[in-house]
Amino acid sequence: MNQLATALISLRRNLMRSILTTLGIIIGISAVIIMFALGEGAQRQVEEQIKSLGTNILMVRAEAIRSVGATGAAGNVNRLYISDADAIKNELPEVVAVGAYNRGQAQIVYGNQNWNTGIQGANVDLLTASNWQIADGRAYTESEVRSGAKVVLIGHSVATQLFGDPTFAVGETVRVNKIPLRIIGLLAAKGQDMRGFDQDDIVIMPLTTANRRVVGKSGKDINRVSRLVVAVDQEDNMAFVTEEIERLLNQRHRIAAGQTAFSIMNLSAMLSTRAEANRVFSSLLAGVAGVSLLVGGIGVMNIMLVSVTERTREIGLRMAVGAKPRAILSQFLIESVVLCVIGALLGVTISLLAVMLMQYGMGWSMALSPVIMLISVVGTALIGVGFGFYPAYKAANLDPIEALRFE
Amino acid sequence: MNRPLTTQQPITATIECQQLSHSFPMAGERFRVLKGIDLTVMPGEMVAIIGPSGSGKSTLMNLIGCLMTPEQGQLKILGQSTIGMSKAELADIRRDHIGFVFQQFNLLARTSALDNVKMPLMYHDSAVADADERATKCLQSVGLGDRLDNHPSQLSGGQQQRVAIARALINRPDILLADEPTGALDTHTSAEIMALFRQLNQAGHTVVLVTHEMEVAEQADRIVMVRDGCLLQDTPTMRQTHVPRAEGS
Repeated sequence: MNQLATALISLRRNLMRSILTTLGIIIGISAVIIMFALGEGAQRQVEEQIKSLGTNILMVRAEAIRSVGATGAAGNVNRLYISDADAIKNELPEVVAVGAYNRGQAQIVYGNQNWNTGIQGANVDLLTASNWQIADGRAYTESEVRSGAKVVLIGHSVATQLFGDPTFAVGETVRVNKIPLRIIGLLAAKGQDMRGFDQDDIVIMPLTTANRRVVGKSGKDINRVSRLVVAVDQEDNMAFVTEEIERLLNQRHRIAAGQTAFSIMNLSAMLSTRAEANRVFSSLLAGVAGVSLLVGGIGVMNIMLVSVTERTREIGLRMAVGAKPRAILSQFLIESVVLCVIGALLGVTISLLAVMLMQYGMGWSMALSPVIMLISVVGTALIGVGFGFYPAYKAANLDPIEALRFE
Repeated sequence: MNRPLTTQQPITATIECQQLSHSFPMAGERFRVLKGIDLTVMPGEMVAIIGPSGSGKSTLMNLIGCLMTPEQGQLKILGQSTIGMSKAELADIRRDHIGFVFQQFNLLARTSALDNVKMPLMYHDSAVADADERATKCLQSVGLGDRLDNHPSQLSGGQQQRVAIARALINRPDILLADEPTGALDTHTSAEIMALFRQLNQAGHTVVLVTHEMEVAEQADRIVMVRDGCLLQDTPTMRQTHVPRAEGS
């Protein structure tokens, strides 16, 4: 207790020096905590995306036909139709639902409110396949898809833009590319996707409504879709179903053997790969931050050595009045540990503020881990002991006679 | 450790040196700085050790002060031999029996007189409860009862040395060991400090002064002269303990 007070007094005596020394620790520990928070945040974001997406989803897209790596001539483009979705669902028992959709961009107007948003024309199964819930109202039906009913589901962000309060949206009529559509349902909020785009900035309408009325396709293109979202019954069947879909589509579209016409992606597998890369990268950053903490520790050692030299006479005096070598050792150790722990606590405070700023001010995804904070504070105290030991040992082993004579 | 002395037992010498020798390595050889010193200081005595620089008086003082252990011969502090003691054991002897006063005062800068005087108490094995009270009493006994909160920079040289003396008294030592206590002071202040030492001696403290000035040494009961590592003379002074001189000035 007494020694702690003595340590604080002597640190305050060289306030500026103590602050500068502590700064090294503060920067080191803040860097460690912030880097971990960033890494954890990215990790958690990916995990949430996987959860919102489901681990059993395959995305099917038509591509230019390639034979063994060579891209075919322009225009030699393959096309997906709504019938492909039905075929996959009917032929493969492992498939739970097949969503099919077209994408576009449209102007959506309500009263004097105007908003440019993404539109999707989709079949009924899309909501099931992509795990999308209805927050308010209802989804459209099979017959509404067949008839091309003038109905629309509105995304959370769009509803907020047009109505202020999204709960007012259902039952209202909006104009999408000048076509009046009645809002029958509000989509539950999904948040950002893995590239940071707002997934809720969207309206979804029956495929036929979109193709016929809003986008204005004709002939065979009315049934054309850009993507299929296939939900598989369980994760173990993913590889098998991928092969089967490719085989089925190649057959339906008369693609020669050895040619690739469709890309079938397992999104959660892609996300996991990405998550892994994220983790490696953030560990690397945290490692660099750890090195800066180590450098901070060396700074503490440096200043403690200066302090011991400066206070040689004081050490001699303390020994003369009865301080044992061990008391001198512990006094200087306590001093360096106090220096480090104060730095650690300030560093934690600063990193908390920085994380909050990045999270709420800049919208970054951060996750603070109390375990990491505890580990870094304890680790810093250990750095204090480790780097403080040599100077303290040096002080404790001074000869009192020499020390008292030191100028 | 002001133990009451009982008449039944033979009185133990405060300091007892027998054939005390010590040497330092110097230019590959050992330089014999003390060559068999015999010296006994009894409780309540005031002794001055005098000698030119290089005579070995500093080494003698460091040995008596238990800052080191002697190479040869015997040294007993209150009957306890310091031969072969560890650093920690020597530290305990210093804490319990010896109060140091230095030429350069050696006060902690930017620290109040009270905290300076209290400092030695932090090296006791258990916390001293009445530390403030004890330190205040010590400062009062050296005439600085009204300067408790002053820092060394706010005190004159004489006052600083008084604080240092109060610090030496805080552990109730058996020996007050003063190394050139007036070396950094002017004549007038020196006289005051010497008067204070005499006063403390009359109050029962054993005082050992190390000095090279004869005028300072003459304030003691006994002068021990050291030259070339040998004890040259051990003579009582003409001064009688109870004749006050320059007191009250």
